Amino acid sequence: MTAAISQSRGAKAARYLPALLMFALAFLAFLALALTEDRGFAIHMGIMLVAFFAGGLWWLARFEDLPDGSFVLPDGGTGYADDVIRAGAIATVFWAVVGLFAGVFIAAQLAFPVLNLGLEYTSFGRLRPLHTSAVIFAFGGNALIATSFWVVQRTCRARLFAPGLAWFVFWGYQLFIVLAASGYVLGITQSKEYAEPEWYVDLWLTIVWVAYLVVFAGTITRRREPHIYVANWFYLAFILTIAMLHIVNNLALPVGLSSKSYPVFAGVQDALTQWWYGHNAVGFFLTAGFLGMMYYFVPKQANRPVYSYRLSIVHFWSLIFLYIWAGPHHLHYTALPDWAQTLGMVFSVILWMPSWGGMINGLMTLEGAWDKIRTDPLVRMMVAAVAFYGMSTFEGPMMSIKAVNSLSHYTDWTVGHVHSGALGWVGMISFAAIYFMVPRLWGRERLYSLRMVNWHFWLAMAGIALYAASMWVAGIMQGLMWREYNAEGFLVWSFAEVVAAMHPYYLIRLAGGLLYLGGALILVVNVVQTIRGRVRAEAPLDAGPVHAPAHDVPLPAGGARPVAAE
Amino acid sequence: MSDRDPSVPPGGVETTGHEWDGIEEYNNPLPRWWLVILMATIVWGIAFSIAYPAWPGFNASNGGLLGWSSRGRLEAQMAAVEAARAEAWQRIAALPLAELPQNPELMRLAVAGGASAFKVHCVQCHGSGGAGGPGYPNLNDDDWLWGGDIESLYQTIAHGIRAPGYDETRISQMPAFGRDGLLDKAQVAQVVEHVRALSGQEHDARKAAAGAAIFAEQCASCHGPEGKGNRELGAPNLTDAIWLYGGDRASLFQTIWNARNGVMPGWSQRLDDVTIRKLAAYVHSLGGGA
Repeated sequence: MTAAISQSRGAKAARYLPALLMFALAFLAFLALALTEDRGFAIHMGIMLVAFFAGGLWWLARFEDLPDGSFVLPDGGTGYADDVIRAGAIATVFWAVVGLFAGVFIAAQLAFPVLNLGLEYTSFGRLRPLHTSAVIFAFGGNALIATSFWVVQRTCRARLFAPGLAWFVFWGYQLFIVLAASGYVLGITQSKEYAEPEWYVDLWLTIVWVAYLVVFAGTITRRREPHIYVANWFYLAFILTIAMLHIVNNLALPVGLSSKSYPVFAGVQDALTQWWYGHNAVGFFLTAGFLGMMYYFVPKQANRPVYSYRLSIVHFWSLIFLYIWAGPHHLHYTALPDWAQTLGMVFSVILWMPSWGGMINGLMTLEGAWDKIRTDPLVRMMVAAVAFYGMSTFEGPMMSIKAVNSLSHYTDWTVGHVHSGALGWVGMISFAAIYFMVPRLWGRERLYSLRMVNWHFWLAMAGIALYAASMWVAGIMQGLMWREYNAEGFLVWSFAEVVAAMHPYYLIRLAGGLLYLGGALILVVNVVQTIRGRVRAEAPLDAGPVHAPAHDVPLPAGGARPVAAE
Repeated sequence: MSDRDPSVPPGGVETTGHEWDGIEEYNNPLPRWWLVILMATIVWGIAFSIAYPAWPGFNASNGGLLGWSSRGRLEAQMAAVEAARAEAWQRIAALPLAELPQNPELMRLAVAGGASAFKVHCVQCHGSGGAGGPGYPNLNDDDWLWGGDIESLYQTIAHGIRAPGYDETRISQMPAFGRDGLLDKAQVAQVVEHVRALSGQEHDARKAAAGAAIFAEQCASCHGPEGKGNRELGAPNLTDAIWLYGGDRASLFQTIWNARNGVMPGWSQRLDDVTIRKLAAYVHSLGGGA
């Protein structure tokens, strides 16, 4: 469309500079590979060497050379830059299956330890971070990046800023995932929960994340709408805060050219920094980011206005202000001073209503259209997600209360809490967004099968019910057994006896995980068939609003809407 | 489909007038119940942070109006439990240990306390039921290397077996007959057959006869001429079916060739005397005897 022929110096720099940077990084990786004595580090440098070299070649190949020495710039395009979102949607579905399978496998390991296979590479300790990172960062992260690119373009009515950089974000993020996951299996970890990757992977993610911020914020500055839509506030808060958390928590000094580093903080300061990070990874990655998703896809699919603009402002700022203080509740009854524990608990409890503001805005948006829960499978999935969001954000403040925490801490109740949020909220809202975007991204009339969405929904709900219920019972039982005293004032149970008592609940949890994974496999079939352009012959269901491609385009430059009169 | 026209807002509330990709926003007021609970949690939060330590200072936090601290609470709870048990512990400490099993009330308390301490300090080697494993004795049977009466058990627990840093520790050293060149391979194999004969297992009678002569010369001084062992030296009885390291040929060969000389830590430098008495009572209740 707007293929420009260029010999200008600026265009040449744009052609060669990114490729040169990639080749320079590849050279650094090669040097590190040649000089290190650390086998795991060498494997990682090899992966980075190949990835950077391929990245440089890929960039050069985007330009079409002409016989006279000039070249054609990549197609600038005028519509929304959806190629990278298509890749993101596929990556989201792929990593969902990988992450959920890893979860099912380690759940089976807890029930049947023989499945550790006697190998260090497949032991629970190494596969557990593989599972958590695969679902949170690979599945959740790709869902957030893909939907944020979709939402920011549509609600700004502007093409993505620097689509080439957006591709760098996509592939750079996949490289981060591969390095993190392979590192866990090789035993490379800095042992910080949800921040396990070592220093060089952290540095790489920082570069990728800054590029992500540039693409997202750049698109907002090009918007053709006078106001920034609420979903974008949440996405931007997520991107900015994750950058800050990631950098501070990963400040570390590497031990030479190796995959080992030591954090600059020590002792309880390090623990507090870690849980300041860890809790806000929940708050800004798994809450704020997915609220951004919710604020776009729920009103779109329900075709109803958002319930309250005022509530969205108040709950956004109160959520952002309060969340950042809540981390110390992960360190109740530890070496952390009492005053910090009290503050962590107080801010967590006050966080209850600001969290629920998002739930109210999500659910009440259906006011006047409640029947869609019955008729529209996507609305049903979104409502379930918002309901689980509400349950988790009530349970969280409750568990932060010290008296409750003294029972729940270190038990599987925590695991159940996390999964009601992860499977119920994060998983369901992401699946609904995928179902919404995929037919539109590939220009299909509708999904391959809406009835299969129903099957996915009910399998997932049954899975969550088994998972959450078994972990609640198991966790409370575990906590009560640990603290049970006999008449003489002595502990009744040894640790191993408590472990043995967990076995039946671990089996129920495994069954729940299998059901949830089964639902995700149905998603895979539905997405693949939709992309292939198939439509399943079935009794119709409410598919929601009809896609109007003619309206799904950026507004032309200078075509900004006037600020509406109040 | 919706039976309500979106252009007619619920309760007469207008939208903000903006629209993004078809999405509008009502300008509904904050739900009253939501606002009330938010304010209530804020008021509670301020009150709670005044009552409990919440404000950091240069050297210490403010402490809170109630004077509560987690360490203080733990100390108070532990002190209350200790106070409730103090009398019983004093009586156990004052009673000669040999008389403890004859006193049902004190014995019950001591066994309960010993079981608890055992779960913390002993299960790592002896197992949660005291059933042991290869190299770690089963405490439920009536086979005791160093004696199973309560006073011997006390001595073993307090000072350990070959425990470094304990002057009164139980000590003995079986020679590494093979490694140190006292016997050659064939001779060790012969002794193995004799030991299997002693314990009534299948064996090669010709080798066993040769082994018996070596046994009488090298082993009988500790294990006794009939292989029945000697508790003074911690020398095991070789005629029963109980084996600390295994009674099969390979294990026996290893034992005779290299010797074992397992170590149990002493506890008198880590636990108080009453706790060791309770542990002795608990282990005695398992498989103790004379």
